[in-house]
Amino acid sequence: MTPDNSTPMMQLLAPDGTYGVPAQYAKYGEIIDSLGEDQLKTFYRDMARIRRFDIEAIALQRQGQLGLWVPAIGQEGAQIGSGYAVGPNDHIFPSYREHGVAITHGVELMSILKMMRGVNHGGWNPEETRYHLYSIVLGAQVLHAVGYAMGVKFDGRVGTGDKDSDLAVISYFGDGATAEGDVSESLLFAAVYEAPIVFFVQNNQWAISSPVEQVTKVPLYMRGSGFGVPGMRVDGNDVLACYAATKLHMDEAREGAGPYLIEALTYRIGAHTTSDDPSKYRDESEVEYWKARDPIARFETFLRRQGIEDSFFEDVKQAGDELAADIREQTFALTTPPLENIFDFVYSESHPDIVQQRAWLKAYEESMGSHE
Amino acid sequence: MAIAKALNAGLQKAMQDDPKVLMFGEDVAQLGGVFRVTEGLHKEFGDSRVFNTPIAESGIVGTAIGLAMRGYRPVTEIQFDGFVFPAFNQITTQLAKLTSRSEGFLQMPVVIRIPYGGGIGAVEHHSESPEAYFAHTPGLRIVTPSNPNDAYWMIQEAIKSPDPVIIFEPKRRYWQKGPVNLDIPPMPLHSARLMREGTDVTLLAYGPMVTTALQAAELGAGEGINIEVIDLRSLSPIDYPTLFASANKTGRVVMVHEAPTNVSLSSEIAARIAENCFYSLEAPVLRVGGFDTPYPPAKLEEAYLPDADRILEAVDRSMAY
Repeated sequence: MTPDNSTPMMQLLAPDGTYGVPAQYAKYGEIIDSLGEDQLKTFYRDMARIRRFDIEAIALQRQGQLGLWVPAIGQEGAQIGSGYAVGPNDHIFPSYREHGVAITHGVELMSILKMMRGVNHGGWNPEETRYHLYSIVLGAQVLHAVGYAMGVKFDGRVGTGDKDSDLAVISYFGDGATAEGDVSESLLFAAVYEAPIVFFVQNNQWAISSPVEQVTKVPLYMRGSGFGVPGMRVDGNDVLACYAATKLHMDEAREGAGPYLIEALTYRIGAHTTSDDPSKYRDESEVEYWKARDPIARFETFLRRQGIEDSFFEDVKQAGDELAADIREQTFALTTPPLENIFDFVYSESHPDIVQQRAWLKAYEESMGSHE
Repeated sequence: MAIAKALNAGLQKAMQDDPKVLMFGEDVAQLGGVFRVTEGLHKEFGDSRVFNTPIAESGIVGTAIGLAMRGYRPVTEIQFDGFVFPAFNQITTQLAKLTSRSEGFLQMPVVIRIPYGGGIGAVEHHSESPEAYFAHTPGLRIVTPSNPNDAYWMIQEAIKSPDPVIIFEPKRRYWQKGPVNLDIPPMPLHSARLMREGTDVTLLAYGPMVTTALQAAELGAGEGINIEVIDLRSLSPIDYPTLFASANKTGRVVMVHEAPTNVSLSSEIAARIAENCFYSLEAPVLRVGGFDTPYPPAKLEEAYLPDADRILEAVDRSMAY
C-alpha cells in the first residue's frame, strides 16, 4: 500500500535525500544538529553492513546452511536510527527481526545465525548485551520489557537527574503483533505504573500475508492513546527521524515522563521469512514503490550532498563484503552440539527427571557405540 | 494456625528476609486477596512491594518475568484456578523456557500462587484443578501444601528457588488449622511425606485430597484394612523413591485427586509405578478422581468430588485382586 498522507508523520529526510525540519518538529531537528559527521557515517555504515549481512544470510539459508532466515531488508533506517538512540544503560527487548538494532549495541551477529541455523534458541547473555533474547511468540517480550521497566522504576533509577545512572527500556514489535493481547496489556501496565519505556512499532505493513489495514482500523501510533500512552508516527525509512524520535522519547522516559509509543512507517521489502512467498499476496509494483523510498539510498544521497567522498562509500562496500565472507566462513564452521546439552539449563537447580533422562541417554548412546 | 494464615506468615517472613520479594496480583493489596492470604502485607511493606494489578493475568505473569530479569523475586497471585489460562502462554512458552533459551544466563525466580480445587460452592471457573497442564511443562516446579506447616515453609522455599514455582493452594482447606513449627522446615521442598503408615494398600494424595485420604484410611481401619497414606507435596518433580518404596511394601496403590483422571498426575504415576514396581504389585494402580467433564455446578460438586467412600470403593477393588 502507499501511505495515507492524512496521518501526520515526522520526516526529516525526504526520499530524494533533501533534509528539512518542519517547524512542529524543531526539537527533533536540534537532536540531529548535535550529530557530528562521524555519527552520520556510522549510521550509513551500519545500515549498509546489516543489509549486506541480510543478503548473505538469505543466501546461506538457500544453500541449506540456515534453517530459516528472517530478513529485515527495507527496515534498516528504523533499526539503526532507533538503535543508536538507545543509551548505554538502557535495555532492549527485540522481537525477532531486529538484527540492525543488535549491531548498534555490539551483539555478535553469529549469535543470531546460530539460532537460525538451529544449534540453539538464542543463548546470548541479555544482561551483558542489554539486548534481550529474540521472542518468537508475538508480543510476549513486550510484557517482559514493561516488567523490566517497572523494576527500573522500583529501583529508583528514573528521573534522578544522574544521567550515568538512570535508564529506560525500549521494546520492539511489529504491526502484526499489535493485535496480540499481550501488547494491549503491556500498554496498560506501562501507563498504570508510569514505566520508563518506549514502544517502538515497526509498521512494515505486512503481517506475513495480512496487510496492515486488515489488522488495525486506526493508525498504530494512536494505539496507546486509550491506555494513556501518547505516540507519534515517524518515517521509518528516514534514519534521522527514527534516531531523533527515539533519542528524545528515551531521554524523556529516563527523566520520568512515563511510556511513549513510536510508530515507524517502513516496508518489508523481502519476504516475511525464507519460507514465505510474497508473490502470492502482493503486487511487485508496491515493492517498487517502496524501493524508490529506500532508507539507505536516501541517506547516501544526503551524505554525498554533505560532501562525503566516494572513498567512504567504497570502503563501506568493501567492509560489507568482508563481513559477508566472514559470517559465511563462521557459519560453515558451526558445529552441532551434543544432544545431552538439552538437559543443561531446563532448571537452574537439579531436577530428578532431568538427571535420570540424561543418565539414560548416556547409557543408551554408549550401548549403541561411540559417535566420536 | 490455618493454612491461609500460615501462607500469610510465610509470605511475610520471606518479604522481611529479602527486600527483592514483591507480591502482586488482583486485589492483593488493601483487601488482602479474596481469600485474605496477603492480608496485612500491603500495610507492612507498602505500595512498592505489595500492589494490585489490572485484571490481566498474562500481564501479571509477563511483567513478573521482566521483574525477575531485573533482579526481583516476584510472587504473583492468580485469583482463582480457572483464571490462570489467560496467562498460560506466558507461563509455558516464556517463564518455563527462558532459563533454557538463555543457556542459563537468566534465572526465573517467579512464584505463582493459585488457589485451586472445589468444595466451596462457587460458580464456574472457581473450582478447577489444572495442575496437570503445568506438571507436563518442563522448566516449572510445582508444589501443593495440604497442611499449615507445609504451607508456611513451602511458600518460603518456593520464593528462594531460582526456578519458577507454581504453588497450588487447596482453597477449601484454607481455614483448616494445624500446628506450625516456625523454626525448622519439615523436609526438603520436593519430598513426599508418609502421613500414615499401613501395610495393606498405599493411598497417594495431594493438596485438598490428603485430608480426605486420611479420613478414608481411618474408616478403612475400622473395616480391618490397614491403609498407608502418602502426601505427594510436590508435583514437579515427584518424589518417586518414596512412592516406589511404599508400593513395593504394600503391593497395592490407589491414587486420588480432584482433577479429571484422564491424562492426569495419576496417569503418569500409575505408569511409573507399573514400570518400577512391577514384580511387587498385587493389583494394578487404581485411580479415583474427578470425572472427565467440565467441573459441575455447585449443587452437584459434593457428589462429583472424590470422598472417603469413593476412595474405599477403589481400595476394596484393589484388595480383591
